[in-house]
Amino acid sequence: MTLACAATLAARGFDIDLEVGEGERVAVLGQNGSGKSTLLGVLAGTLRPDAGRASLDGRVLFDLGPGRRLWLPPHRRGIALLAQDPLLFPHLTVLDNVAFAPRVGGAPRADARARAERWLEEVEVLPLAGRRPHELSGGEAQRVALARALAAEPALLLLDEPMAAVDVAVAPMLRRVLRRVLAGRTTMIVTHDLLDALLLSDRLVVMEEGRVAESGPTEETLRHPRAGFTARLAGLNLIRGTRDGGGVVGRDGVRIDGTTGDAPALRDGDPAAAAFAPAEVSIYLSPPTGSPRNHLPVTITEVEPHGELVRVRGDDHHGHSIAADVTPVSVAELDLYPGRDVTFVVKAATVTIYPA
Amino acid sequence: MRSSGPRQGRVARDPAYSSLPGWVLVPAAAGAAFVVVPLLALGLRVDWSRFGELLGSPSSLAALTLSLQTSAVATLACLVLGVPMALVLARRRFPGRQVVRSLALLPLVLPPVVGGIALLYTFGRRGLLGQTLDVLGVPVAFTSVAVVLAQTFVALPFLVVSLEGTLRSVGQRYEAVAATLGAPPSTVLCRVTLPLVLPGLLSGAVLSFARALGEFGATITFAGSLQGVTRTLPLEIYLRQVDDPDAAMALSLVLVAVAIGITVATARLGERAHR
Repeated sequence: MTLACAATLAARGFDIDLEVGEGERVAVLGQNGSGKSTLLGVLAGTLRPDAGRASLDGRVLFDLGPGRRLWLPPHRRGIALLAQDPLLFPHLTVLDNVAFAPRVGGAPRADARARAERWLEEVEVLPLAGRRPHELSGGEAQRVALARALAAEPALLLLDEPMAAVDVAVAPMLRRVLRRVLAGRTTMIVTHDLLDALLLSDRLVVMEEGRVAESGPTEETLRHPRAGFTARLAGLNLIRGTRDGGGVVGRDGVRIDGTTGDAPALRDGDPAAAAFAPAEVSIYLSPPTGSPRNHLPVTITEVEPHGELVRVRGDDHHGHSIAADVTPVSVAELDLYPGRDVTFVVKAATVTIYPA
Repeated sequence: MRSSGPRQGRVARDPAYSSLPGWVLVPAAAGAAFVVVPLLALGLRVDWSRFGELLGSPSSLAALTLSLQTSAVATLACLVLGVPMALVLARRRFPGRQVVRSLALLPLVLPPVVGGIALLYTFGRRGLLGQTLDVLGVPVAFTSVAVVLAQTFVALPFLVVSLEGTLRSVGQRYEAVAATLGAPPSTVLCRVTLPLVLPGLLSGAVLSFARALGEFGATITFAGSLQGVTRTLPLEIYLRQVDDPDAAMALSLVLVAVAIGITVATARLGERAHR
């Protein structure tokens, strides 16, 4: 592997151990305060953990602990960081911004500029080479910042929500450029956006309370989430528990039936998770009878627009917040409002059960 | 290509609505008049027919030359000492930083005469360091060096305050980016930090120069008033006021002109910094 990092930082409740392979693109997801920024800071060298050890391409980045005090400063790590804000040096032209790393690395001026031009071409903003940063739009500036980071030829590229400060209208363009230039490049991208994770990463790392809650191949992890955050992100309802016959029984006794599909065989008592899409949930005022269906009595907590549908969230009184997507017409007909007790119903055939 | 995008750090320049009550304009105008009228009075009383002759007298020229030279050297000294001070105050965390800052800025609030006396008991013949300097053959008190020391003493805080403020407002994010691009600390300082704070640096230097040019109390206490050696323009004006008020007024007008020039220059720098 390329990167191996284990670090603890007590003041932030941070304790992490992860690896990134050569050319692997890892998306780091998690709620605010889950430790994503701490992770990037520790890797980039702007934040010092209490203890831990990290190495990149065989070079030790830090090795801290009793009797060990090795700490490589940021400029000797070969790790570039692209933040939310482009942070282009305002006193330099676009070209000189991108030529900054090659120049610092000792390249002659002409050579550094030639390399800068190549990277500007790569992110499709070469015509802006002579501009000053304040003459750029947000999307242009972020692409220049990307070129500048790439020109450093980093062994690891960190991206901290690179789309967050960019106009919705130009995000697809930036995403397309990122998808192309990040291919095969060892990358760690912090994002809130499911689409970014799907398009820009091979593997997903989900953080919760300073720890890795879940890690796995992006699509697979989003389809079969194990952490609550991942499920919400993927837009799925998740109930975790143990396998029991044709379903999953939660720790709290909630039972939900489903299908195991082509997942590896599960035995009764094995840890398992049941996931289903909000669109598969229907809402009844009183429990219906017949057909192999799951009935979940809930109290409505939220009724919010969700695209052309309405997302209704219900609390099942066992610690699960379950989402149902219904049409505005049904919300009106059923007179749904927060605080009302209803029954969420989901067909067993639409519930996927997999090992957790 | 200048499409719409979120541009940071922009504030609306002409707010359509102002909550300021109209009556505030009256005391504000009085304040402005209080500053401007005395300057006009000075301009009106100057004997313009003898203006050139008054400025051209040997003692005036000597004072003007000495003032410009010592102020220039003092500004340089402020840069050499003040830039590192501002950098340390703005970028390093250490215990007692607030105390150190307060002490460094003391000359701002200290009466210059007191500063002069303090310098006298440091660099004077019988001062803390004076004796050593004397032995080394570098007499300081009552020389032009003393003038520069006095000016640097009072002008240094202007540079430190101005530059530290700029450093803080610029923040460290650009410096962090430069480091992740492989730039070692000295390179970051020269290629990123200093260029970013250049407007603050220049306006600080200009303010320091102005303060050095106007220095009176510390100079007369510590350096004395020897024509051509320590008698700077403010000292010359003070002495002439007694025997030749016309010459004093003409010289004063020179300082007013310099001051206006400096104010305009710093305002321009400030504008550029905010663009």
